[in-house]
Amino acid sequence: MLRFVVRRLLQLIPILLGLSVLLFAWLRALPGGPAQAALGERATPEAIARYNELFGLDQPIYVQYLRFLGRAVQLDFGNSTRTGRPVTEEFLERMPGTIELTLFAMVFAIGVGIPLGYLAARRHGSWIDSTSVIGSLLGVAIPVFFLAYLLRLVFAVELGWLPGSGRQEVRIDATRVTNFYVLDGVLTGEWDAAWDAFTHLVLPGIALGTIPLAIIVRITRASVLDVVNEDYVRTANAKGLATQTVRRRHILRNALLPVSTTIGLQTGLLLSGAVLTETVFAFGGVGSAIYDAIFGRDYALLQGFVLLLAIMYVLVNLLVDISYGLLDPRVRVS
Amino acid sequence: MSIEALPAGEAARADGPVLQVDDLSVTFTRRGEAPTRAVDGVSFAVDAGETVGLVGESGCGKSVTSLAVMGLLPRRGVRVGGSVRFGGVELVGAPDRTLRDLRGADMAMVFQDPLSSLNPVVPIGTQVTEVLLEHRDVSRGEAADEATRLLDRVGIPDPGRRLKEYPHQLSGGMRQRALIAMALACSPRLLIADEPTTALDVTIQAQILELLRELVVDTGTALVMITHDLGVVAGLCDRVHVMYAGRIIESADRHDLFARPRHPYTGGLLASVPRLDGARGAPLTPIRGSARDTIPWAEGCAFAPRCDHAQDDCLTEVSGSTVPLEHDGPARELRCRHPLRRPPSATGATASGAAR
Repeated sequence: MLRFVVRRLLQLIPILLGLSVLLFAWLRALPGGPAQAALGERATPEAIARYNELFGLDQPIYVQYLRFLGRAVQLDFGNSTRTGRPVTEEFLERMPGTIELTLFAMVFAIGVGIPLGYLAARRHGSWIDSTSVIGSLLGVAIPVFFLAYLLRLVFAVELGWLPGSGRQEVRIDATRVTNFYVLDGVLTGEWDAAWDAFTHLVLPGIALGTIPLAIIVRITRASVLDVVNEDYVRTANAKGLATQTVRRRHILRNALLPVSTTIGLQTGLLLSGAVLTETVFAFGGVGSAIYDAIFGRDYALLQGFVLLLAIMYVLVNLLVDISYGLLDPRVRVS
Repeated sequence: MSIEALPAGEAARADGPVLQVDDLSVTFTRRGEAPTRAVDGVSFAVDAGETVGLVGESGCGKSVTSLAVMGLLPRRGVRVGGSVRFGGVELVGAPDRTLRDLRGADMAMVFQDPLSSLNPVVPIGTQVTEVLLEHRDVSRGEAADEATRLLDRVGIPDPGRRLKEYPHQLSGGMRQRALIAMALACSPRLLIADEPTTALDVTIQAQILELLRELVVDTGTALVMITHDLGVVAGLCDRVHVMYAGRIIESADRHDLFARPRHPYTGGLLASVPRLDGARGAPLTPIRGSARDTIPWAEGCAFAPRCDHAQDDCLTEVSGSTVPLEHDGPARELRCRHPLRRPPSATGATASGAAR
C-alpha cells in the first residue's frame, strides 16, 4: 500500500516537469505579453522594456525557466504580474472557494443522480426511465455557460431568490480562518455569514453539477440494470432477505462500483477549475483567476495555478484509486 | 441444529409431504412474441428426509421449476399456474412478504455456479449471518458464532478466518460449501439444490454430494436435487422424475429407473453415460439431435424427432389429447406410447455401478 502511494507520487515528478515546459512555451507563444497587457496598447517601447526588466522577462527563455523551476520546487511561483501578490497566497485564498463549489456540485450530482438512476433502472421502460434518460442526455448536451447564464437570469436576476455573483455579500464582514467561507462561518459561530456563503454556492453549484449529474444517472441506471440480473441477487432473494437489505447490500453495493470511479474523475475535473461557471457567477475561485490571468497574460499566476492544480488532480485520483480498493476487495492493492 | 430441525421434519411427515407440486406451469410472455411455456403440468411431492431428483438436459425446465417453487421468478412477464403447497401453505400467488419469510428460513436453495452466486464485495461471514439475523432472533455476536459453527459443519477448515474473507479468496469447493452453509443456516425443511456440483472438480463433487446426503439423514430435510448428471442421481436420489421439454416424461424410484428405464429418452440418457469398465475405444452412444429438435407437445411427443423408437402415432395428435403421463406399474409413471421393452445395451450406467 505504502509502496503503491510512493510510486504514484514519484510518477508525479516527470508529469509536472513535462507540464511546466509545455506551459512555459505555450504561454510565451501567445501574442502580446504581461507588459502590453498591464501598460495598455499605447505603452512606449521604453516602458515595456523597463517592465520586462523588472519581472525578469528580458532574460532568455531558458534562464527564465530555470529560475522558475528553482523557486517552484520550494512552492514559490513568484508574484502575480497583475496583483503583485505571491501566487501561492492567491492560490490558498481561491482554492477553498473552488473546493466548496466542487463539493456542493458533487453532493448535488450524487444526491440526485444515484436515486434517480436506481429508480430509472428498477422502473425499466417506464416514463420515469425514459424521462431520466432524455434528461441526462440534455444535461450532457447543454453548454455549461448557457445553463449558468440561464440559472442566473431566472433565479438571481428575475426572481431574486438566490445571489447571482460572488462568494459572499461584501457587507457581511466575516472573519477569515481557513478561506472556506462556509466552514469559517461555522467555526467562528457567524451563522449568517455561513448561510450567506452557502446560498452563494447554490446556483453555480447546480450549473457545475449538471454534467456529473447526467453522467451519474446514466451509469447508475446501466449498472443497476446489470446487477439485478446477477446470480448473487437471486441468492440474496433466495435467502428471504428484506427488500431493503437486498437493495442496499447486494444491488447498490455492487452497482455503485463503476459510479464511484466516475465520481472520482468528475470531482478531479471540477476541482481543476470551473472557468466558465466561475466567470459567469464572478465566483472568486481558481477558475475565474485563470480566466483573468489568461487575458492579463499573467505568466506567473498561470504557471503556478496550473501546476498546483495538476498536483491536486493527481492526488485526488490517487485517493480515488485507494478508496476503490476499499469498496471492491477484488482490486485491493497489496 | 439437528435437535431443532427434527421435530419440524417429524411434523411434516405426519401431515403429508413437505412439498406438494401440482400441475405447475410457467409461461414466459414477451411483448410482440408468442408466449413460451417452459414448464407444463409438472406434479411431484417430496417427503421429509426424502431426496427427489429432477433430471433432464439443459433447457428442459428443471431450473425454472425450482425457481417457481421458491417464488424467485420475476413477476413481470412470467405466468405461474397450478399449485405449490409447502407445509400446507399455497405458494403460487402468495404475497411477497410470505415468500420472503419462508425463503431462507423454511426452504432454501443452493445454486449452480458458486462464484457468481456469492456477492463479490461482501465478506462470506456477512453473507452467512445475514440469513440468521433476518429470520432468527439473534444478536450479531450470536450470529457470528453460529456462522463459525455452520462453516465448520460443512467442512470449511479454519472457519473463523474464512468468515472475514471474500468469495474470490475461496476455492470453488469452499465457495459451494459456503453457499450450502448459508442455505442450512436456519435448518430449512426443504432444500433445493440446482446442479450444485456442475462447476466443481470430480473429487469435490463427491464431497459435496456426501455432505448433502449426511444433511438429509441427520436433519430429515427434504431435498430436491436438480441435475443432468445421472451419477448424482444414482448416488443420492430416492425418487427420480425425468423431464423433457417442460414436462415430466418418466417417474420412478431410483432402482427401478436404472434397472428398467421405460422411456426411450431415459434409456438414451443412461446409455450416453461413459463407463470406466467399457471396452476401450468403444464409441459413446449419445442421444441424436439436440433439444432444439423438439416439437411442441401439442403436436405429439416432443421427443419423437430424436427418438429411435418413434412411430407414426408419436408425431400426430391421437384422440384429441397429447401423450398423457400414465400409471406404469407400481410407483411408476410414463409418458410414452411405445416404451422400451428391455433395458438398453450394457454400456449404460446402473444404480449399483454409480456412474460417478
